Amino acid sequence: MDATSSAFPENSRRALADERLQEALHRLADGFPARRREAVDRLPEFDQLRAQARAVKDHVLENLDSYLERFAAKVEEAGGHVHWCRDALEARQTVLRICRDAGARTVTKSKSMVGEEIAINEHLEAHGIEPVETDLGEYIIQLRREAPSHLIAPAIHLSKDQVTETFKAAHGEFPVGRRLDEPRAMLDEARTVLRKRFVEADVGITGANMIIAETGTAVVVTNEGNADLTMTLPKVHIAITGIEKVVPTLDDAVTVLRLLARSATGQDVTVYTTFATGPRRDDDVDGPDAFHVVLLDNGRSALMESDFRDILRCIRCGACLNHCPVYSAVGGHAYGWVYSGPMGSVLNPGLVGIEEAHHLPNASTFCGACEEVCPVGIPLPKMLRHWRERAFRARAVGATGRAGMRAWAFLALRPRLYRAVTGAVMAVLGALGRRRGRFRRLPLAGGWTVARDLAAPQGPTFISQWAQRRRERS
Amino acid sequence: MSSDSPNVALFVTCLVDLMRPSVGFAAVKLLEDAGCAVSVPATQTCCGQPAYNAGDRADARAIARQVIEAFEGFTYVVAPSGSCAAMIKIHYPGLLADEPGWAARAEALAGRTHELTQFLSDVLEVDEIAAQYQGIVTHHDGCSGLREMGIKEQPRALLGRIGGLALRESPKAEACCGFGGTFCVKYPEISAHILDEKIDDIAATGADTVIAGDLGCLLNIAGRLKRRGLAVKARHIAEVLAGSTAAAIGEP
Ligand code: SF4
Repeated sequence: MDATSSAFPENSRRALADERLQEALHRLADGFPARRREAVDRLPEFDQLRAQARAVKDHVLENLDSYLERFAAKVEEAGGHVHWCRDALEARQTVLRICRDAGARTVTKSKSMVGEEIAINEHLEAHGIEPVETDLGEYIIQLRREAPSHLIAPAIHLSKDQVTETFKAAHGEFPVGRRLDEPRAMLDEARTVLRKRFVEADVGITGANMIIAETGTAVVVTNEGNADLTMTLPKVHIAITGIEKVVPTLDDAVTVLRLLARSATGQDVTVYTTFATGPRRDDDVDGPDAFHVVLLDNGRSALMESDFRDILRCIRCGACLNHCPVYSAVGGHAYGWVYSGPMGSVLNPGLVGIEEAHHLPNASTFCGACEEVCPVGIPLPKMLRHWRERAFRARAVGATGRAGMRAWAFLALRPRLYRAVTGAVMAVLGALGRRRGRFRRLPLAGGWTVARDLAAPQGPTFISQWAQRRRERS
Repeated sequence: MSSDSPNVALFVTCLVDLMRPSVGFAAVKLLEDAGCAVSVPATQTCCGQPAYNAGDRADARAIARQVIEAFEGFTYVVAPSGSCAAMIKIHYPGLLADEPGWAARAEALAGRTHELTQFLSDVLEVDEIAAQYQGIVTHHDGCSGLREMGIKEQPRALLGRIGGLALRESPKAEACCGFGGTFCVKYPEISAHILDEKIDDIAATGADTVIAGDLGCLLNIAGRLKRRGLAVKARHIAEVLAGSTAAAIGEP
């Protein structure tokens, strides 16, 4: 996926003007946060779990190499294969090679953000292999050739009508005049189409919400069961995931799972939680003949050694998106790359570079709602600020903004000069604005006055009035 | 003023100093009424948040050192702003953590710094407010005050002691108003969108006045209320508690 993060201002203007998107975002904002709240209230030990999960993740990051090696050894022991991939290119090539070796013509896929990160669908297509997304939301956006706009609700930006249109255009095998206005009907139709694809597929690709070091297991959660069909029906199962997803034990995985669904959708647990360990054993009733895990670094090791290490605790629950006023205003596509919302604004600059993504850490009010809900306590605002500091040092911020900021700081550090300059400006503005009490327009204040009036200053500054009062009193 | 009255330095905040001194005088009145001896160090300018949030760490540190110097020697430092108080209390220690000599001074200042309503409620335990206010108000929780400083009950408790005042809560009182410092001018369309949701919520309460503890939020909210031609007034909590007669924000 080509990044368009540098066009964030234009992307967001388009998003704000898109009425259907705005309706969809309102539905999201009215749904997930309230359901999360209820789920959290139902679980008295939620905060304790949070601390526990955070500790697990921090411990893993301290000892990442050894846990990954342990995981790899266990996978091999169970008859599977682990592929270490430094970047997206290596991961794409690895997946393609496995698919080719399996003689694959079609592959089914369950939802994977790492799959988006390495743009695996485009790569397979370019090499004559057809990828079929099987998560309903992912399936819809694949038909529309769009990118996911949310970590856990990839088609959240679409209205029901748009899905109807998409299905009518794509599913030529069904009667033209069929009714397709209810979600149930759409689901049934998608099922009918996908059932055939599940059976045909030669390879199934899933993500992994976690990988477990002590057992060599990939954990995959869904609400639709599509990951199970993706990983058990074809001959080959490939799980692609980031290196930071490893946890030491099954118990640790359970700790994270208890937080994940509650934080994401407000469910106590997802409908399907699948633990995949190795290929099919002799006494298994089903399962793939081969099991591959593709472990992607793609900039994560570099983040390990930086101010941004904490973001590697992320479990991709989406709570920070759901509670973010900026995400809620513009949706996921405006961010211009795979990840969006607060976690994306921290992660994307690390993965595609701060030059491309410099808007993202700046497009935050620092309201702190994300950090408040993050189940693994990631200090997202602090990390956004770290990116701003890097961008400032690298002079990647706009020259005018930078000059204005430095001028303000210059004054703030010289109290006498500050008093003289600000006192004069406020006196003038105070006099000019006295009659109406506010300005509709003011030179140099265009950013403010596009949307709001500017209250006129009252006149003499507090400090000068205070000094006056002291003089009069003494 | 007796010699054992608490010795309080007012951190006015740049916005109050420049835009709305009446908030500063209201804060002084509240503190003096509660028995404090109030000083206003003359070398104060700004807490440094604009630089800090723009990623200009060097300037932010220099400003932090200046504030520390200006405010040492007082028992308490009080600011009529959740976000400026949070800057001093929460962020200065981190900002100066690796500067020998300054780290401890930053910690010490942080320990003595309070937001106004927090100070009145939690430290001074003020339980009488003389002011009267005829009307229905709603309270907007500024983000830094709420999430960094834990300010939620204090302003409500104080408002509850004002005769005539009826508080009507918005279910979205904790939602951001879209100000975000320079965010609102860098991404004006997004800011306006967030702000409009805030304005709609405020209007839906039926309150005649929106009250908050941060002038940044208030200038933002008042500016949009006026632009949309709504009659709801915007006021800083210090003014309401002190019975200030200043015109509401943005009014002549
Ligand atoms: S940063 Fe936290 S809240 Fe956001 S997706 Fe990751 S785990 Fe969830």
